Amino acid sequence: MNQWNNFSKGFIKENPVFVLLLGMCPTLGVTSSAINGLGMGLATTFVLVMSNIVVSLVKNIIPDKVRIPSFIVIIASFVTVVQLVMQAYVPDLYKSLGLFIPLIVVNCIVLGRAEAFASKNNLFSSAIDGLGIGLGFSFALVLLGAIREFLGSGKLFNMTIYPENYVTLLFVLAPGAFIVLGYLIALINQIKKIRR
Amino acid sequence: MAKSESTFLNMVLTLLGVTFIAAAILGFVHDITKDAIEASKLKAQSEAIERVLPEFDELGESFQVAVSSSDDSLEFFPAFKGGEWVGVAVKTFTNKGFGGFISVMAGIDKSGSLSGYEVLEHAETPGLGSKMDAWFRNAEKPNQNVIGKNPQSYKFEVSKDGGDIDAITASTITSRAFLDALSRAFEAFQKQEQQLENKKSSL
Repeated sequence: MNQWNNFSKGFIKENPVFVLLLGMCPTLGVTSSAINGLGMGLATTFVLVMSNIVVSLVKNIIPDKVRIPSFIVIIASFVTVVQLVMQAYVPDLYKSLGLFIPLIVVNCIVLGRAEAFASKNNLFSSAIDGLGIGLGFSFALVLLGAIREFLGSGKLFNMTIYPENYVTLLFVLAPGAFIVLGYLIALINQIKKIRR
Repeated sequence: MAKSESTFLNMVLTLLGVTFIAAAILGFVHDITKDAIEASKLKAQSEAIERVLPEFDELGESFQVAVSSSDDSLEFFPAFKGGEWVGVAVKTFTNKGFGGFISVMAGIDKSGSLSGYEVLEHAETPGLGSKMDAWFRNAEKPNQNVIGKNPQSYKFEVSKDGGDIDAITASTITSRAFLDALSRAFEAFQKQEQQLENKKSSL
């Protein structure tokens, strides 16, 4: 597999949200606005790239039977680093994402890539894989967040598009997340079908 | 390099090594971000104090005031202008929110009226309860505006419960909780009023 395919598979073909249906908890939880989606996506991307790099570096040192606990410790460390840095330098974003940052640890995308890809491939491919999947995740979250924000509060990236009297509040609430996600998955499936 | 075997010694050493390095990295990051986190928290707090109070030029030392309705005490930040006491910012809270804990900075001026408020921390539903930040200071809707109101002449409860304030549409629980936090601030304030009048600027 060449590196471009390796990178771009995260967007449509193996998009973690729309195709692999991984990491649903943060996906449904944080996407009430596009900015939140972007923040969560980029934080996850950072953790993914870093943990993929480290896991592919240490894959031979770590005995098979303790690989999962080791991966979890590596991932949790990077998540805590992200959390501390966000809390210190972007407190506003941290305020809205706060609860979900620690959840990156148990986000199955990160452990999934460490286990399925980084522990079998070299450093460079693993970093590219992490970047591609991470950006694919961010792309999905921003798309979901933008649609929900637009329909639910009449805004896009915090800019008012139309007056609040006409919004459908349902879309910023939990049920709206499921509805929008369902339609987006249907759309992605259609796109994949046409491309095939 | 050959893959290391899953022997007992290897496993123990690996886990020990991984956790040791992780702990070292975390300790290091904690150390360099500690001050910035503290500073950003303090900055958010002092900005909130400035927004909720009438004009002042000096902030006195904060002190704790116990309230009967809960175990925790509230933090008072008295403000002075030209040596005279002009108001106090009260960091109040409630546990009755839809998402649990809500922390509010309430400003109370000399006459005992609410001069402003700022929601510091909450976990209310976005689009519903989270509107409290703007709802209760809408100057065009006197029935939901709490700014400038005094508990002596105005009942800080939602109209459904016989109070004078319209609750946020579809968020009565949040509204009740928010007013509960304000009432707690007023309760503590009334206990402290005498002492506050006597307090003079330290300058």
